[in-house]
Amino acid sequence: MTAELETYDYDVLIIGAGGAGLRAAIAARESGLRTAIICKSLFGKAHTVMAEGGIAASMGNVNSNDSWQVHFRDTMRGGKFLNSWRMAELHAKEAPDRVWELETYGALFDRTPDGRISQRNFGGHEYPRLAHVGDRTGLELIRTMQQKIVSLQQDDERESGDPESRLRVFAEVTITDLLQDPSGAVAGAFGYWRESGRFVRFNAPAVVLATGGIGKSFKVTSNSWEYTGDGHALALRAGSNLVNMEFVQFHPTGMVWPPSVKGILVTESVRGDGGVLKNSEGKRFMFDYVPDVFRGQYAQTEEEGDRWYTDPDRNKRPPELLPRDEVARAINSEVKAGRGSPHGGVFLDISSRRTPEEILKKLPSMHHQFKELADVDITKEPMEVGPTCHYVMGGVEVDPDTAAAAGVPGLFAAGEVSGGMHGSNRLGGNSLSDLLVFGARAGKGAAAYVQGLGDRRPDVDQAVIDAAAAAALAPFEEEGGENPYTLHQEMQQTMNDLVGIIRTAHEIERALDRLAELKVRAQHLTVEGHRQFNPGWHLALDLRNMLAVSECVARAALLRQESRGGHTRDDYPTMDPHWRGRNLICSAHGDAIEVREQPMSAMRGDLLALFDTDELAKYLTPEELAAVPAPATHTDGSRS
Amino acid sequence: MSYDAKFRVWRGDADGGDLVDYTVEVNDGEVVLDIIHRLQATQSGDLAVRWNCKAGKCGSCSAEVNGMPRLLCMTRMSTFSETETVTVTPLRAFPVIRDLVTDVSFNYAKARQIPAFAPPEGVAPGEYRMQQVDVERSQEFRKCIECFLCQDTCHVVRDHETNKEAFAGPRFLIRAAELDMHPLDARDDRADFAREEQGIGMCNITKCCTEVCPEHIKITDNAIIPMKERVAGRHYDPLVWLGTKIGLRKR
Repeated sequence: MTAELETYDYDVLIIGAGGAGLRAAIAARESGLRTAIICKSLFGKAHTVMAEGGIAASMGNVNSNDSWQVHFRDTMRGGKFLNSWRMAELHAKEAPDRVWELETYGALFDRTPDGRISQRNFGGHEYPRLAHVGDRTGLELIRTMQQKIVSLQQDDERESGDPESRLRVFAEVTITDLLQDPSGAVAGAFGYWRESGRFVRFNAPAVVLATGGIGKSFKVTSNSWEYTGDGHALALRAGSNLVNMEFVQFHPTGMVWPPSVKGILVTESVRGDGGVLKNSEGKRFMFDYVPDVFRGQYAQTEEEGDRWYTDPDRNKRPPELLPRDEVARAINSEVKAGRGSPHGGVFLDISSRRTPEEILKKLPSMHHQFKELADVDITKEPMEVGPTCHYVMGGVEVDPDTAAAAGVPGLFAAGEVSGGMHGSNRLGGNSLSDLLVFGARAGKGAAAYVQGLGDRRPDVDQAVIDAAAAAALAPFEEEGGENPYTLHQEMQQTMNDLVGIIRTAHEIERALDRLAELKVRAQHLTVEGHRQFNPGWHLALDLRNMLAVSECVARAALLRQESRGGHTRDDYPTMDPHWRGRNLICSAHGDAIEVREQPMSAMRGDLLALFDTDELAKYLTPEELAAVPAPATHTDGSRS
Repeated sequence: MSYDAKFRVWRGDADGGDLVDYTVEVNDGEVVLDIIHRLQATQSGDLAVRWNCKAGKCGSCSAEVNGMPRLLCMTRMSTFSETETVTVTPLRAFPVIRDLVTDVSFNYAKARQIPAFAPPEGVAPGEYRMQQVDVERSQEFRKCIECFLCQDTCHVVRDHETNKEAFAGPRFLIRAAELDMHPLDARDDRADFAREEQGIGMCNITKCCTEVCPEHIKITDNAIIPMKERVAGRHYDPLVWLGTKIGLRKR
């Protein structure tokens, strides 16, 4: 078997072909390195295409008061000050350049009247900030970078006669294991072609993980089948750490009916463009749910909120545009109190607020989605929506500047699979910008690492390869074992019911018991058929990743005894400043997952000075507050 | 609100295969992809199908339902009667890999032949200025989700295997049109390329591609016909021809 193993040599291997992976590949290739991209699906189908609202970048095209400082401040507020401040700083500073760069690749964003890139309002963003293309911004981002990669291949073809000489896309390949040399340094990856089931080995001294999230561990999710936490689990098994895994974002507005589309996303732009949330009594309930930390930043009456759409400088924004965690919890409470819609959600109404023409222009794919899937015309009637698992804030612990993963030389991570940037809750629009900023940094970071190695290349023992192959084939060996689909459904139900949007110690403990039991049962899966494009086998292999990641979420959720962002504990309902400065770090030791606390580094003085002392007092402990330098006078006009 | 439906699904690989009959539960509000997934989970764990977003946004789950090219995730079961047999087969224009999964590499090869967007010289990133009305024409074509249903249904591709070499297909004719209409693309030979390299002349505007497009892109009217007119203008209009010869018009 090993004699016929298909093997490739590259400098940089990118696992994942969404926004972060493609941007990393462009950066690595432009650094002159031979680069391979692994896609689990066909090229151009990544989950990034589902992103609707836009890319957050403080270009200031619509409101010139915007600046990186304001964007940084909004991001830290959204994440409830648990963000890696250095990542949030780099992100806010570099996002505009990354967006403008896309135009040089051929992207066509919607325009302002003076011909610049238009920017729209979004939850948690002080100014209109999201560059967009209707409500299909993610598709534009993927297609643009896909076409840029093709253009780089055309350059290579002109130069060498071979379009794939320096940049090749391996479509429909799944990586099952990272390969490491005896010292632990990355040496490549092992996987299989989905089409044929044949194994394939990549030798590469640097690997960038860009595999996205973990949503398929939950029953109700906006995520596609690819979101099985592969990169999270690969990093864990390779000896790196996961940070912030307790923070899972439930997007407030997913479809709730019909059952087959439950969880599919309804973009936040519906609210950004005027849509309001109402309960079964017809009340705009969000006014009752503005938490103390945001009081003063949001309108207190419907009249003021409505004026804000046309006169944002003199009015406060409506509370429908609070950060996602707040809105999701509010919807959950309304449904629980018996004021929900017929199918267990609440009403999201734009039909009574905007003309059919405006709705069709601004939200064409939402109109299409509801018409085709639910037979609802959103220009005439309200939508029914409820929370859906959307995004994991947690991920691989990385160095902010180079995206290098903690503890494993040669391993890098960018995008949703990395952790820290968004703290306890991500703002809408900050994901696409995250992909671009840290995708580019990871590609450059990996390239610099490889260049630093000179001619040295880590080597792998044959036993490592044989073990990877044996592990992948195990589900074919077992007879009379369990159906992977059944196990998957049980795991999703467990996570949804017991480690979902509202958590308690008692329920999380039950979830951990069930996960432990599922882990044992997952050792004995049986799949029918053979290796050629066999979804049952693929799921059996993905399951071990989902189980490992689910256990991280549950263990970290049990340990963090407070409520913050995407982690709400019914038994510890408030935010506790003593928990703010602490990250929870997950690591794997054999089959066991361990979680430990790790103090965060203190924010740099000039960044702290962007906030009022009053606001800092909501997040910091008295001791931390006492150590904050006295505020300097501001010249950037960014203080609110 | 559930019933047992009759399904016939093509099972097989490059060496051949057959339609296989199934009886499978259908619930209120479901789409064909849900039923395929139910078959996988309960009767046939190795039934191969591509899918990703299940919301009509990624263009992965293309197949033929009762002979019509469709996205499985956007084909509602309520469009069939409860007694009707629903037949699901792979895209006919592309070689089968297994069951409902076909080899669509033809499309990626065609994509690589089109010269990329050429950025305007001397315009720095951030300095691009375009009017909304001007970008909208190309934006329509950039809605394409690359489901390749237009490629599958186009009889130039579907019925004549030998045409594949010379004909790029509707998906890539709209790509050419998109670049031609891009306000800042620096190339002016997109129409020539469509004629000489993409075989636009082989299209006889039966509009089948427009009919199957799940994004409702007016492929024929808004992309192919204008491109054909540009080709005709440049190559067959005597005044334009004379203009290029004596240097009044840029080639």
